[in-house]
Amino acid sequence: MNKQLKEKIAFSILTFTMLLVVVPTVLIIGFIVYKGIGTISWEFLTAMPRKGMTEGGIFPAIVGTLYLVLGTIAFALPLGIGSAIYLTEYATHGKLYKLIRLAILNLAGVPSVVYGLFGLGLFVLFLGFGSSLLAGALTLACLILPVIITASEEALKSVPQSYREASLALGATKWQTIQNVVLPHAMPGIVTGAILGIGRAAGETAPILLTVAAFFLPRLPKSFFDQAMALPYHLYIVSTQVPNMPEEIKYGVALVLLGIVGIFFAIATAIRIKFKMANRA
Amino acid sequence: MAKISVKDLNLYYGDFQALNNIDLKIEEKKVTALIGPSGCGKSTFLRTLNRMNDLIDHVKTEGCLCLEDQDIYDGDVDVVALRRRVGMVFQKPNPFPKSIYENVAYGPKRYGMKDKKQLDEIVERSLKEAALWEEVKDRLNKSALGLSGGQQQRLCIARALAMKPEVLLMDEPTSALDPIATAKIEELIMNLKENYTIVIVTHSMQQAARISDNTAFFLMGDLIETDKTQKLFTTPRDKRTEDYITGRFG
Amino acid sequence: MKEATVDIREIKHRKSLKKGVKHRMGEVLIENIILLLGITSVVIVSLIFLFLFRSGIALFNDITLKEFLFGRYWYPISTNAQFGIVPLVAGSVMVTLGAIFISVPIGIGCAIYIAEVAPPNIKTGLKIIIEFLSAIPSVVLGFLGIVVLSNWVRITFSLSSGFTVLTGSILVSLMALPTIISISDDAINALPKEYREASLALGASKWETIRYVLVPAASSGIIAAVMLGIGRAIGETMAVMMVTGNAARIPDSFLVSGRTMTATIAAEMGDTVRNGTHYHALFAVGIVLLMMTTCINIVADFVLSRAKKEGK
Repeated sequence: MNKQLKEKIAFSILTFTMLLVVVPTVLIIGFIVYKGIGTISWEFLTAMPRKGMTEGGIFPAIVGTLYLVLGTIAFALPLGIGSAIYLTEYATHGKLYKLIRLAILNLAGVPSVVYGLFGLGLFVLFLGFGSSLLAGALTLACLILPVIITASEEALKSVPQSYREASLALGATKWQTIQNVVLPHAMPGIVTGAILGIGRAAGETAPILLTVAAFFLPRLPKSFFDQAMALPYHLYIVSTQVPNMPEEIKYGVALVLLGIVGIFFAIATAIRIKFKMANRA
Repeated sequence: MAKISVKDLNLYYGDFQALNNIDLKIEEKKVTALIGPSGCGKSTFLRTLNRMNDLIDHVKTEGCLCLEDQDIYDGDVDVVALRRRVGMVFQKPNPFPKSIYENVAYGPKRYGMKDKKQLDEIVERSLKEAALWEEVKDRLNKSALGLSGGQQQRLCIARALAMKPEVLLMDEPTSALDPIATAKIEELIMNLKENYTIVIVTHSMQQAARISDNTAFFLMGDLIETDKTQKLFTTPRDKRTEDYITGRFG
Repeated sequence: MKEATVDIREIKHRKSLKKGVKHRMGEVLIENIILLLGITSVVIVSLIFLFLFRSGIALFNDITLKEFLFGRYWYPISTNAQFGIVPLVAGSVMVTLGAIFISVPIGIGCAIYIAEVAPPNIKTGLKIIIEFLSAIPSVVLGFLGIVVLSNWVRITFSLSSGFTVLTGSILVSLMALPTIISISDDAINALPKEYREASLALGASKWETIRYVLVPAASSGIIAAVMLGIGRAIGETMAVMMVTGNAARIPDSFLVSGRTMTATIAAEMGDTVRNGTHYHALFAVGIVLLMMTTCINIVADFVLSRAKKEGK
């Protein structure tokens, strides 16, 4: 077989593998949009579920997910940015640094259901928060912490060292330098990471299954100590636990969930592309 | 009178000794030039004077380095207070990605100054001192990154001057600039020495000869020779200095 | 952080360089807060281990370690309850094996395509699509598994039920793919440009360069990518729980129902009595799961960092 032919065959196979990834992804999105779009109405998005969830809307699940995500980011963002600041600005590369690195690596690899067990053990039972938005948000915050730390660290590392030097040479303190020069410059990267983290948190099911989610709760949570419905868990419920659930409700829930995750993803991607362009120019 | 006096200064990067037993007195309100081939330790030395080397891991500094009568490497020295008195301008112009005004006002604001009128005054005074005021007074709120390289460097000088430092350290401030911008900065330096003690690292012997009062020649971490500039360039005492200034050196 | 005087009319330097008694207390305070934040991840990892062990170890008051690790039956709610983890581990391993079998060749091929073959203008688009694949919630994939994929599996292999290990493997492979692709792609991209140029200059074709120079040189990174993909697959919960049928027995083929460790925890926790044997058993399963993923991640990181050193 000659070289050109060999190469042609090889590249065709590579192209085929690429299509094996891309086509299903596009099909998944297209299929859910196609099947779910008919269900989406103002009522579906803003009404309470009725008749054992087979009618009405999914408002409490949407609100529950939004509350969860807000709570999660409120805990995870300060912790994550703080960790990243420590790692890039303060830490010396000694034993503690290695230990923290190892911990972040491990956190990123812990299965989501194990986070659920942990949240159940620590937040729900030990600290007595019960099954609640608070316990769920804290659990999800631990889960997305590595995402936020890694993104923030990368953003902080991309701040030119000359800015730090200039600020310190002017007699600014270290923290003033971080606050006034380093953080503003790193902000787009940090925001991107935060949004990706939010998207991740919004779609997670296993952790909230054990820490917050209510099977069916046709009212809005009143406080952070309340149980709440959440979209991903609701999709699990309607697609496996309720007999005779109308198809269109299932697809509608799936589309709303995918849509929320997709919106966060699109915003993060847009910010990233915009700043990549700006940095190149 | 010596503004800064250095005695037996040794500096190590980990195991590598970058400066060996440096003794040097820097005179007040004079321009002192540090010359030598690249890697000779002149920039490292400059950065010991406001303790910028503290930022690098594993740097160890030994010896005595005094600003007037105070050892700046003493354990309880506040580096922030030190750097406010010993300002610095870097090799590449490095204005913050903020407005021209905010760049100059940066130091005073961190110092705690809030009064808008006072800040305006300081910004205007510093930009005038740095001979930049006429060029930028109508666009103080525009980004500093829109200025030319030479203007950016003068902005960085203005930014340093806003803190009213006593000493101004300059690390090859013109190496990234064209000849016209360089000439402007050199002229500026000559004017500034009336009020400031200036230490400048330069790779250009002509520049050292043009603007400095005293010159110190560094080679491989040693201070070979230091003298009045005119004397050092006309009648160097050390053979190595002579080789370097006559260009017989790598 | 702030100087003591509030209304400063002019910058004045103190003659002394010494720190004052109360000098920059704010700065010291902030430094300590940042240090505390810095060790958050260490604290959380420790707490995860602590709380899993706290509840998991209690299982061995009721049964022996041997019964748990080598028991072949998981009957948590029968009167003669048995908590043998073997069928669950077997389920997890089967699903993961199947997923890796599917995703490794496709993932590496796709990574090579993106890194070396794709025209630059579609590269970014491909990367975004693959990133979005990793962002799709697993419960959505599980849902599609129920409504579409399981039917396809049932009809294709003429089975009575489409809820099989294979169905789970296919879904999990979709989730492992982005990990494998992005890390392999990084590994290939990190190779020095000279490798390509040298090989091409010797008259090798582009494919030969990929086959004989680039892929071998990036092999450590690709191996790490596969390991992280395995870690991701073992830990996957929702999609697997929704489509593998969840029969707690040791699967003897890919076309029968099986149940993973993750699915067991997620599905049964709601029915347990707090601090009962079953509750403790699920935490013990969690410990096994955590140990497996931790080992995989540490080894993968070791391989990756060695690959980076070799690169230099």
